[in-house]
Amino acid sequence: MSETPDNKEILRQGAVAAWPICLGYLPIGLAFGVLAEKAGLPWWAVAMMSVMVFAGSAQFICVAMLAAGASTAAIVLTTFVVNLRHVLMSSALAVYLRGVSRRFLALYSYGVTDESFAVNLTRFRDGGWDRWRALTVNHLANATWFMATVCGALIGQFVPQGALGIDYALTGMFICLLVFQLQSRIHILTGLLAVAISISWYLLIPGDSYIVGASMSAATLGYLLKQRYRRGR
Amino acid sequence: MTFADYLFLFGGMGLVTYLPRALPLLYLAHRKMPQWLIDWLDLIPVAILSALLAPTLLADTTARAFQLGKLELLVGIPTLLFALKTRSLGGTVLVGMLLYWLGGMVY
Repeated sequence: MSETPDNKEILRQGAVAAWPICLGYLPIGLAFGVLAEKAGLPWWAVAMMSVMVFAGSAQFICVAMLAAGASTAAIVLTTFVVNLRHVLMSSALAVYLRGVSRRFLALYSYGVTDESFAVNLTRFRDGGWDRWRALTVNHLANATWFMATVCGALIGQFVPQGALGIDYALTGMFICLLVFQLQSRIHILTGLLAVAISISWYLLIPGDSYIVGASMSAATLGYLLKQRYRRGR
Repeated sequence: MTFADYLFLFGGMGLVTYLPRALPLLYLAHRKMPQWLIDWLDLIPVAILSALLAPTLLADTTARAFQLGKLELLVGIPTLLFALKTRSLGGTVLVGMLLYWLGGMVY
């Protein structure tokens, strides 16, 4: 794909790719804003957090911990652990962003979330995608998250809950992106292993380590099985 | 909490969120990656998506207990089939939402 800066086209294609994320961020962002407001955070603190942190689950946990009177150090440490999973996503994206300038990567990294990662990686793999379109997806998702969380803090209590099944938007998106990833028997097997390990880990061990733990173990098992299969032939 | 307290807290959270996102990209994008790492990373997306979805579909997330037959799972099956058949992201999201909405009325 050429990188002539046809900005309108980039924005359009980015928006086409990003809308399921934005739709999914609306109810979660609103819910977050309402929760934060109830926990005593002013709307401008919600705005600050959504810009400075931009990480859904960590922000929810932060509000819960603030409400429980946790220390700043404990909240920062928990945030670090919860967001370590992005190391894996950022590494997987690096395959498609080889040789790109560090300045671009530094900006791009800000927007690496579960959702933008899954959408952009799928697009990169299918081809016809480039870093500018991917960056557009990141920024549109970020802007939506920012607006939804601030709106939630300001007017969230007036918005009806669960309208039109919107709470299922991100689950539906993840299911579809998962389907796109099922390219070979090894991929299917890795997915099944990840489901089994993740649910067991989730039930046995408190916290969010199940995401990183299950992803890494399943990918490693899948990789070893693939090597074995190759050698066996 | 004052503005400075929030600035300090969110600054810390922002830093520990940003570094895991940035360092692997900054490091790996400018090095030749060994083939085994590329092969392993190729399996990471499917593994992460499955790991993220599993509790949503298979567990009561408030009680953190196994639960078969959640509305999320029942809706997830036709949603998955729709995705397999059409390979349309937007369509799948809308079908999932619609089924979840309808399911919520009867379930």
